[in-house]
Amino acid sequence: MSVRTLTINGQPVSATEEQTILDVAREHGIDIPTLCHFDGLSEHAGCRLCLVEIAGSPKLHAACVTPAAEGIEVTTHSDRVTAYRRQIVELLLAERNHVCSVCVANRNCELQDLAVAMNLHHVRYEPQDPQLALDASHPRFIMDPNRCVLCTRCVRVCDEIEGAHTWDVMARGRRAMIVSDLNQPWGESPSCTGCGKCVRVCPTGALFEKGATTTVRDPDFLTYLKTAREQKLWIR
Amino acid sequence: MTSDDLDTVRARERAAFAAAPCRLAVCTAAGCLSSGAGAVRDALERTAADGADSPGLRIIGTGCLGLCHAGPLLRVFRAGAPDVTYAHATPDLAAAVVRQLPDGRLPDERQLPAMHPFFAHQHPVVLENAGRIDCERIEDYVAAGGYAALQQAMTEMKPDDVIREVVASGLRGRGGAGYPTGLKWSTVAKARGAGKFVVCNADEGDPGAFMDRSVLEGDPHRVIEGMAIAGFAVGAEQGYIYVRGEYPLAVSRLRVAIRQAERMDLLGQRILDTPFSFRIDVRIGAGAFVCGEETALIASIEGKRGAPRPRPPYPASFGLWGRPTLINNVETYANIPPIIRSGGAAYARLGTERSKGTKVFALAGAIVNTGLIEVPMGTSLRQIIFDIGGGIPDGRSFKAAQTGGPSGGCIPASHLDLPVDYEALAGIGSIMGSGGLIVMDDRSCMVDVARFFMEFCRDESCGKCIPCRAGTVQMHTLLMRMTTGVAAERDLTLLEQLADMVTRTSLCGLGQTAANPVVSTLRHFRDEYMAHILEHRCPAGVCRMPRAPERAS
Ligand SMILES: Cc1cc2nc3c(=O)[nH]c(=O)nc-3n(C[C@H](O)[C@H](O)[C@H](O)COP(=O)(O)O)c2cc1C
Repeated sequence: MSVRTLTINGQPVSATEEQTILDVAREHGIDIPTLCHFDGLSEHAGCRLCLVEIAGSPKLHAACVTPAAEGIEVTTHSDRVTAYRRQIVELLLAERNHVCSVCVANRNCELQDLAVAMNLHHVRYEPQDPQLALDASHPRFIMDPNRCVLCTRCVRVCDEIEGAHTWDVMARGRRAMIVSDLNQPWGESPSCTGCGKCVRVCPTGALFEKGATTTVRDPDFLTYLKTAREQKLWIR
Repeated sequence: MTSDDLDTVRARERAAFAAAPCRLAVCTAAGCLSSGAGAVRDALERTAADGADSPGLRIIGTGCLGLCHAGPLLRVFRAGAPDVTYAHATPDLAAAVVRQLPDGRLPDERQLPAMHPFFAHQHPVVLENAGRIDCERIEDYVAAGGYAALQQAMTEMKPDDVIREVVASGLRGRGGAGYPTGLKWSTVAKARGAGKFVVCNADEGDPGAFMDRSVLEGDPHRVIEGMAIAGFAVGAEQGYIYVRGEYPLAVSRLRVAIRQAERMDLLGQRILDTPFSFRIDVRIGAGAFVCGEETALIASIEGKRGAPRPRPPYPASFGLWGRPTLINNVETYANIPPIIRSGGAAYARLGTERSKGTKVFALAGAIVNTGLIEVPMGTSLRQIIFDIGGGIPDGRSFKAAQTGGPSGGCIPASHLDLPVDYEALAGIGSIMGSGGLIVMDDRSCMVDVARFFMEFCRDESCGKCIPCRAGTVQMHTLLMRMTTGVAAERDLTLLEQLADMVTRTSLCGLGQTAANPVVSTLRHFRDEYMAHILEHRCPAGVCRMPRAPERAS
């Protein structure tokens, strides 16, 4: 296996052939914000928060899908991308109904964290306020699409890890929605195993447990699950 | 059937052609059909069958003749006489034409003048068979030199030779981005892996564009031949044509054509009795613009949700079902047979330094001759709009030409003399795009035009990436504020910032170009924006501003 060296924000780092810029940055404690990425799932490349600059390239590159190639010089927090990230988070906050004070994920929410980290206290865009119907038909869980950011972590974890493929995306653009099976009530889904992995990976309060007053954040839980499955090692 | 057998068919058909001194060609493209070409054709056939037949008369349904607004079009070819074209043909006129043919005195009414400027300034290559062949008869295509390029490639050339000709031709992709076709072919040819695919992008989703539809409806074999040659060149045995669902006529003509080609061993196992096999299947889209984007199109063929994915990897190395895949536009493939027949160098003599060959444009909007045209690259917008297009109707004046659809921009009158090629259009903030050209007169409001295209992108965004999904919503909201008279200067700042962000950060070409109509109208018509914002006034009188604050007089 060949090893590569590159620089991130001027710091020399090494990488294996399989590693992405995001992997290497995290390994070296460089924080690139993400929302759709979740350790253990395939990459979606939809949130665009992890866009970084590579010297000599006019385009921005999504760190989650860009290989850490030999010799590249990566800048993760230029003024330009920082401004773009802020706009993206603002767009998300205006898109649906993110009211932290009444949200079960308050203080455990990755969207809220992003806003706080950016010192974002004001949204310049017109709130779309879509008023979407909540699905509480499942005996244990609730889906509130008003808080959904369409990161598709639930879709991917259900398909790739649980193997049930209960969730999918319906319609397009601003009308896009996460639906269970063929847009049936979640509680009537014949494919849902009730495993709750989707709830565990949801970055916001869109998926949560009935009766819960808070959500659990567990970013390593899929890595744990995969190690347990593949190597029979129950280690954290 | 062997190559020699095909030559025999061609010779026989040509002899039959020569023996038929007169042909009546009715345009049977979707446009003319919808204005009554079917009844015209029936009348021709009925009158001919009623005994008024002159010997050697043939009635054919042909591909788009171009002058769509004057349909149904009927063209008369007679040996030794100039062609005569009728506009707005009716069944009565058709019957009169058939009856009067034997005396050689055709009705005068509705005749277009000989050397009508619409036709005189064009240079058909892709559309060379329009009017000449029956679009549902493979024998007509063969007689017109069709499948000779495939024969030549199969019997006299190696795959490398084919690619060399395509490279030499300088042909660039006609789907919008203008990527060099020869380079793409050689990349796919070099990609390692069995089971390569050739895909034809016939999704044509730009509003106002109907070039690809016309080619598929009028000359489907040309696209099939181009794809088969591509399959031979890159080493693929399977092709797909992805046609948008709104084109049922194109789909049915394609299916007829594929069946005919299979029957003559021009598709299928052991083409022309050589070791090369190539199949083509049709796949039908379900009406999403984004499915024209190549990675979304591939996902759609695979049976998945039509959403794009990050590139690299490019389809050339990782495409349909993970295999190396060549994907080109309809018009790109349609250029291949003439390139192989006459050689890449001959093709490269047409056009400009970096944009070779011809381009088909769909003229729409405020223009006298609405329709389909083909001109050499480098023709000026003025020639296209005024000489061929006949200028602006109703005595109005030209304001802007929109090229490239929702990914393109508006070109003002000051650039009318620009030679149209990829670089020139990009240089003034528009793009060549796939060839839609919408002409606007002084009654169009540029802010409203930008709003229209933004609404289109908002509705067609797949929703996968946030900048495109939510950014188009907010840009549309800001443009709505301007067109309803409630915008402030701050809204323009927000709009410009969003336009930059969405362009730079979106996942695929849809979002990356969604702001182009805004940016280009801001560049050339900023004063109109300012009038909407500062004075709550629409200079063109298009935007109603019921919510506008009282204007200080
Ligand atoms: C949103 C979007 C829509 C597109 N639609 C089409 C289309 O309808 N037809 C087409 O040929 N190419 C379309 N393209 C371009 C294709 O992605 C691709 O570049 C093209 O098919 C390549 O063929 P070419 O090299 O022959 O142009 C589209 C691209 C984007 C980003």
